[in-house]
Amino acid sequence: MTDGYNARVMMTSTPPVPASSTGIDQDSAEGDVPVTCPFCGLLCDDVAVSARESSIDVRARGCATSRDGFARAGSQALAERASPRIKGRSASLDDAIAASASILRDAALPLISGLATDVAGARAALALADRCGAVVDHMNSPAKFRNLLAFQDRGWVSTTLAEARNRADVVVVIGARAEARFPRLFERILGPADSLVGLAAAERRIVVVGRGPNPSTGPAATLRIEVDATQLHDVVAGLAAIAAKRPIHAAQVAGIPLERLRAVVELLRGARYGVVTWAAPDLEVAHAELAVQAIARLVAELNATTRCAALPLGGTDGDFTADAVSLWQTGLPFRTSFASGKPRFEPWLHDGRRMLQGGEVDALLWIATLGVQAPPKTALPTIMIGSHDQVAAADCDVAIPVGTPGIDHAGHLVRVDKVVTLRLAACRPSSLPRAAEVLDGIRQRI
Amino acid sequence: MLTRLAGGRVFDPANGIDGVVRDVCFDDGRIVADPGPGAGGRTIDVGGAVVMAGAIDMHTHIGGGKVNLARLLLPEDHRTSAYARDEMLRACCGRAAPSTLATGYRYAEMGYTMCFEPAMLPVNARQTHLEMGDTPIVDKGAYALLGNDDFLLRMLAAGEPQEKINDYVAWTLDASQAIAIKVVNPGGISAFKFNQRRLDVDEKHTHYGVTPRRVLQALTRAVHELQVPHALHVHGSNLGIPGNVDSTLATIEAADGLPIHLTHIQFHSYGAEGDRKFSSAAARIAEAINTHPNASCDVGQIMFGQTVTMSGDSMSQWRNAGLGRPNKSVVMDIECDAGCGVVPFRYRDRSFVNALQWAIGLEIFLLVRDPWRVFLTTDHPNGAPFTTYPHLIRLLMDRAFRNEMLERIDPDARAASTLGSLTREYSLYEIAIMTRAAPARTLGLADRGHLGAGASADVVVYRDDPDRERMFEKPQLVFKGGRLVVRDGKIVEITTGDTHVVKPAFDRAAIEGSLRPYFERFLTMRLESFRISDDEACECGNGARLVVHRCCRPGAAA
Repeated sequence: MTDGYNARVMMTSTPPVPASSTGIDQDSAEGDVPVTCPFCGLLCDDVAVSARESSIDVRARGCATSRDGFARAGSQALAERASPRIKGRSASLDDAIAASASILRDAALPLISGLATDVAGARAALALADRCGAVVDHMNSPAKFRNLLAFQDRGWVSTTLAEARNRADVVVVIGARAEARFPRLFERILGPADSLVGLAAAERRIVVVGRGPNPSTGPAATLRIEVDATQLHDVVAGLAAIAAKRPIHAAQVAGIPLERLRAVVELLRGARYGVVTWAAPDLEVAHAELAVQAIARLVAELNATTRCAALPLGGTDGDFTADAVSLWQTGLPFRTSFASGKPRFEPWLHDGRRMLQGGEVDALLWIATLGVQAPPKTALPTIMIGSHDQVAAADCDVAIPVGTPGIDHAGHLVRVDKVVTLRLAACRPSSLPRAAEVLDGIRQRI
Repeated sequence: MLTRLAGGRVFDPANGIDGVVRDVCFDDGRIVADPGPGAGGRTIDVGGAVVMAGAIDMHTHIGGGKVNLARLLLPEDHRTSAYARDEMLRACCGRAAPSTLATGYRYAEMGYTMCFEPAMLPVNARQTHLEMGDTPIVDKGAYALLGNDDFLLRMLAAGEPQEKINDYVAWTLDASQAIAIKVVNPGGISAFKFNQRRLDVDEKHTHYGVTPRRVLQALTRAVHELQVPHALHVHGSNLGIPGNVDSTLATIEAADGLPIHLTHIQFHSYGAEGDRKFSSAAARIAEAINTHPNASCDVGQIMFGQTVTMSGDSMSQWRNAGLGRPNKSVVMDIECDAGCGVVPFRYRDRSFVNALQWAIGLEIFLLVRDPWRVFLTTDHPNGAPFTTYPHLIRLLMDRAFRNEMLERIDPDARAASTLGSLTREYSLYEIAIMTRAAPARTLGLADRGHLGAGASADVVVYRDDPDRERMFEKPQLVFKGGRLVVRDGKIVEITTGDTHVVKPAFDRAAIEGSLRPYFERFLTMRLESFRISDDEACECGNGARLVVHRCCRPGAAA
């Protein structure tokens, strides 16, 4: 009745299926097998790499971000040099874990941040935060909260990659850096030749709001609204007001004639399925959440007569991953404190950077396993749990090198649209521990 | 070690035991036949108490993308419902949109040992399993959503044969690690992406030309032919719209006599009569259930107070977005697979509409004659949070209490309802059917929901309190897989529940031959990335065991 190939799988009566017949790749990918790239929120799962003992090279369907990420994380030379350190000296993993536990135990209010890790790492980080009464905040929170505050205030109508890919006949990109942040966005999502609803590539109209290079792949921008990053919020407020048919007592918005903005709204109104997309880090103004609210209002207005949806872009550095795990385990997003024993969410009070600068916390645990995420400079006792190339450069009280999900070990990450979670297989065998193992070890010592 | 629960009054409908005083014995996680005196082990005196199998919630939104959206949307809910960590439990929060930890803790404390997430988007299945993995103590399973995915609608538009649809349905169960198939607003979620705002049972989808009736026929048949134990789980067309009773009756007929489960049927039992063009159609719905032995339903009872509605039905949720309290909402189109919508609601007893919704749910409970075919749900959290179940049980069991509550609601709604004239009171035996035996039977869980030898030792002991709300709120003892997890309503051990799935046989090569080019042409991940292996399901489940249930027709010998 039980067992078969896996003691954890119980069959109530039919015989077990042999693992091989499921046709699913096992844990490691070798040669030119497509792997999932963990280095930006798109999580492209078609990247061909060749993984050797000494290095990992991207062979096909890579981008600047993935080539750099795989090269750094895949460098065996760096991995060999990486060992846990306590106050700069090599130490055993066990001692480093004990030293970390001691720092957290002695702290009145530790901050757990960085949080660039996979689902298992986030699960372990939250269990640890609960145990030691820490404040939890992600390195990307300053940008992320622009979206989050707008979302919590009114919500929005949104969409995901495959919907945008197949249905969007008009795409408005707010900010000119979307391609720099998500290099294959236009190639894979906004510009493919084929579509479920028979939408030809030539029929897609792209509007770029912002000053910067044209996307290098996909269809060229049909319309450009050239404004500086600091004026994006004025433009989206104008678009939302036009869509809502509010009177605007000005001939220009951010130096752009109103007629140009009307043309954008008309394009969206005439679309079968419009998409408005942005990356929150591009909205570099105070109270950028108001700009995000304006985008949400614009989209809501358009849905009165046609379809339109927002596509906020994120997910890089595991921000959506750690956020999702925090939400489901505790009910709350980042900037939550466990100090009182109850979880308490406060978007300003528990801003990790602010607390660090203001001396409101007295120890820092920084987790950075997905590319380049250096810890903030601080005189406080600091523990760094990071990928080997990160740890090598870090000047911390305790530094523990761990594997990169999708390179050294399998793991789960949440994609740019928050809906899809992908499993990343290991590229090659690795002796580095997982962040989750180290975090669990620390928790057990407290 | 053998455990003997001695002297309790046992309610075990699957084995025909109705309040008989007898011992219940279990050993090594399983119920065993009474080995007689002198067998050793421990004996726990439960004389005077009521003993039942662990309760099973067959429709509760406990995990997945829409639940996390609701959590994010409602810091209001969480400020007032935060729980501190202690030596046993971790800090968590939430009432209407509880965290996974709060969900597991609260369910176990109420004597529930299994919960089924009824709306798992296949494309979001991994997250759903991860969330269920972080839901402690209770066993879990999920129903995969189909019927608005472009792949199926294309197949139907192209007139593909039923065998191919069956393969696709079985493949989806396997790839997403599900135990049943659900359809939400058949075709309507997809139609909304093409700017259709309503889709009745015989209206055509503007792009694919397929009707909801055709979707229902294809899926009820597939589920039946694959011998998936649970009937197609149907969230019908036109949710919440006055007069939608006709759509619901048409939906039942669309099954052509094949098994069909109508979920949260309260939201689909509305007439359009009276001054306010909103009336109860509970009698017509109950009559339809009573006369269609192929049909079952769960109620989706509403309770007054703050909650949040979360649904795959983006078309309906967009329509309802303006009713949100607090005034905010999320609507999503999802990955050529499905959609979702989250709208917070505050049901008020002084609102005519809300009060009548409350009465309609209770009317259905009392008018459907067969407790094996009507399940106790609030469609958590859409009608109310699951923590209101003890109150709901009292409403069903205690007519005087029910009438007292009826006096408090909007007087016009009271006048528009027959509730005051309904004298039925549920018995403990019937409650045990609705919350244990029947959910296990409909889901094909041969070793759950009962106390016969061989069943999992999920056992609940209640003090026999005439106040049934108090009785069901705080069981005296809860055993999960033979381990004592709750004593006097307090958790004493945290365990990891199992994950329950079915895996009907299908032609993988044939269906993947069609799916692979579809994924490559249109979707944004590879077929291999979509599928969840058995090992991965266990990993997502935090080390949960994967329990694969047999596919066979209900009633067939095991």
